[in-house]
Amino acid sequence: MEGDDETSGPMIDDEIYANGVGGDDEKRSRPIISSEQLDVEAYASLYSGRTKIMRLIFIANKSKSNQAMELEALRMAYDEIKKGENTQLFRDVVQMIGGRLGPDYAMDLAWCEMVDRRADQKKEKLENELNAYRTNLIKESIRMGYNDFGDFYYAHGQLGDAFKNYVRTRDYCTTAKHIVHMCMSSILVSIEMSQFAHVSSYVSKAEQSPEALDPVTVAKLRCAAGLAHLEAKKYKLAARKFLETGHELGNHYNEVIAPQDVATYGGLCALASFDRMELKNKVIDNLNFRNFLELVPEVRELINDFYSSHYASCLDYLGNLKANLLLDIHLHDHLETLYGQIRHKALIQYTHPFVSVDLHMMASAFKTDVSGLEKELEALITDNQVQARIDSHNKILYARHADQRNATFQRVLQTGDEFDRDVKSMLLRVNLIKHEYNLKGSRKS
Amino acid sequence: MDAVQALVANIQGLSSAGDISHLHVVLKQAPDSLYAESTRLLPVLDQLDPSKHSLGYLYILEACTSGSISKEQGSALVLPIATFINSCDTEQIRLAPDKFLSVCKRFKDQVMVLEEPLRGVAPMLTAIRKIQTSSEHLTSLHPEFLLLCLLSKCYKAGLSILGDDIFEVDQPRDLFLYCYYGGMICIGQKRFQKALELLHNVVTAPMTVINAIAVEAYKKYILASLIHHGQFSTSLPKYTSSVAQRNLKNFCQPYIELANSYSTGKIEELETCVQKYKEKFENDNNLGLVKQVISSMYKRNIQRLTQTYLTLSLQDIANSVQLNSAKEAEMHVLQMIQDGEIFATINQKDGMVRFLEDPEQYKTCQMIEHIDSSIQRIMALSRKLTAMDENISSDALFLGKVGRERQRFDFDDFDTVPQKFNI
Repeated sequence: MEGDDETSGPMIDDEIYANGVGGDDEKRSRPIISSEQLDVEAYASLYSGRTKIMRLIFIANKSKSNQAMELEALRMAYDEIKKGENTQLFRDVVQMIGGRLGPDYAMDLAWCEMVDRRADQKKEKLENELNAYRTNLIKESIRMGYNDFGDFYYAHGQLGDAFKNYVRTRDYCTTAKHIVHMCMSSILVSIEMSQFAHVSSYVSKAEQSPEALDPVTVAKLRCAAGLAHLEAKKYKLAARKFLETGHELGNHYNEVIAPQDVATYGGLCALASFDRMELKNKVIDNLNFRNFLELVPEVRELINDFYSSHYASCLDYLGNLKANLLLDIHLHDHLETLYGQIRHKALIQYTHPFVSVDLHMMASAFKTDVSGLEKELEALITDNQVQARIDSHNKILYARHADQRNATFQRVLQTGDEFDRDVKSMLLRVNLIKHEYNLKGSRKS
Repeated sequence: MDAVQALVANIQGLSSAGDISHLHVVLKQAPDSLYAESTRLLPVLDQLDPSKHSLGYLYILEACTSGSISKEQGSALVLPIATFINSCDTEQIRLAPDKFLSVCKRFKDQVMVLEEPLRGVAPMLTAIRKIQTSSEHLTSLHPEFLLLCLLSKCYKAGLSILGDDIFEVDQPRDLFLYCYYGGMICIGQKRFQKALELLHNVVTAPMTVINAIAVEAYKKYILASLIHHGQFSTSLPKYTSSVAQRNLKNFCQPYIELANSYSTGKIEELETCVQKYKEKFENDNNLGLVKQVISSMYKRNIQRLTQTYLTLSLQDIANSVQLNSAKEAEMHVLQMIQDGEIFATINQKDGMVRFLEDPEQYKTCQMIEHIDSSIQRIMALSRKLTAMDENISSDALFLGKVGRERQRFDFDDFDTVPQKFNI
């Protein structure tokens, strides 16, 4: 065994390096784009509506240590809110700015009052209209009335009320199109409220619509379902949904998700949960998804690196992306889990083809030290995800092939014993029950 | 006194004539007069031979012990009862099992009063063998015998009857106690598998109200399960009575917490938990077992290492299972190799342990014999099961009950004859 190693030593080394670190020199010399700080302005321009403001506020909250970025995000949020009518949010943001952006970004009470007054008037008007429709019992008009109310509340940030009004339109829907519209509105509000259980139920409701949906709506529904699964930590299902998202999505769903996000979410979830086969078939060879991946070249590269076993560069990309992904409003909670799973997958795949692996080489392929690697492998072996054992003395990992014959013998004997035990105690119980039955019977007679 | 003398004469006459059944009738009519004379009966026994006049001897002995007896009288009785149990005739005493059981119970009580449980162990074992109709039959002497074994620490003697499979039970209470004491004896002998089996029987036995025996058994079951399997699942099998399922856990909260902290695999957490409930465990007399639980955790962790490592230094073992020194780790590993719990070799020169695979190849003659005997055992069991099934399906009570339930359904639902035969 050792003699073998010596003769074929250099060759094996080459192969191992090729599997891990070699061959990506030219790739590593190239700067990795998103390692630099997030360009808040470019990021914000991907979105519209309320999610833009919420994402900006989220970034501001997360980047407290980086004042420049925080203020930049707040400034843009301020500008964006001014375009809308949400005074409550406005007050919050002004408070967060706390006068750090000069007099231009101070509290604008006059504006608030004006907006509020106008809102009251509009609300009154809407109420009157709705009442009139309801006395006339014109279904379509009542639906419109409730829908307007929903829009109104949504614009003013009262999400709960908005949701209620959108759902109320359901009783007055006459065509499948109306139902789909109702579902889309409810989904939008639910996502904003982080009520993802509602999201999945309305997605399935919309998908059951008897009429064929247009591709944009289908793509939107896929995204929403993907988000719901992501939040529920069902990464595999989330990955499937994102991968199914049609490229028609374009920028049509900016109020929820940008196509770049589809690529990132889908890519990471797929890496964390798919096996090699699925990764190849459903991600890399997926023409449709490739359109999305082109938007985020880092994710495309890291998926390809992962598939072609350039783990070091793949992990590099992941590490560089991490800071920015942590600023993502949907992904930040799940990033650690996803990263952990991707790393485990990589470790498992690395060890899979070998009978023995030198831990030093493996550690350098994964940019870690041997003792750390040993710990990680230990956890994986304990979980039975890697069938191998570590020779801690020589720092070599040996694959372990379970002896089918012995295992079968062992299992048979064990099963026999268990059967024996179970049947005996069952017979005993039967007799006890019978005894009690007899007791009752004799008492009765 | 004359009546007694007449009776003795009767016993002697009828026993030697072999007319035991007639004697039984005579004796059955006698008890009142016997009880009245109970204090003066002891000398009468000298006139009888326990092996020949067993039945009569038994009746008189029963009368002697029935009233309240002083300690001196009791100690005087222990010897004759022991001789009687050893030499009595099986056929005769089986005519009056109740009397025999009550004499044996009094005997056990007396031994306990004298605080010499060891004196009772051998006679009780003989008594069980004589009175039981088959080895599957649980008499009410079983728990008494096991209690004596426990008190006198004669665990081996107790094991001899625990080896029998019990299927027939007179009193549920006997079974509960039998299994509980049996479980304790097996734990004392470190036969945890058998102990778990017995305790499991207590916990899952049908019961309509929760009882103290089941609660105590459940506590020990948790601890034994942790020691033997290294885990404990709080969900009871679905055939467990609903009372037990609902209530047992509430009575054993500290133990459940212990099991939870065990499952984390961290020794400190386990120890804090033990400290927290130390008094409780001590009051339950389970502290010794709890300590075994802690040491089993070390073993479990070392065993886990054998799954992941081929070689590992003693120092690393000590670190990963949180032992103080490499020396201590070596002792643990050595002990485990000796007990056959792991397969490994220690290289003392560089302080490395090399873990090996289980050397059992399932090729030896002994193994084949073992497998064969297992198959035979299971086949026998299977036959028993079939017999039992037939027995139940022809049981009048059972059929009556099932018949009543069937009427609730449509008749057609039970039309098991296929349609084509109905032409």
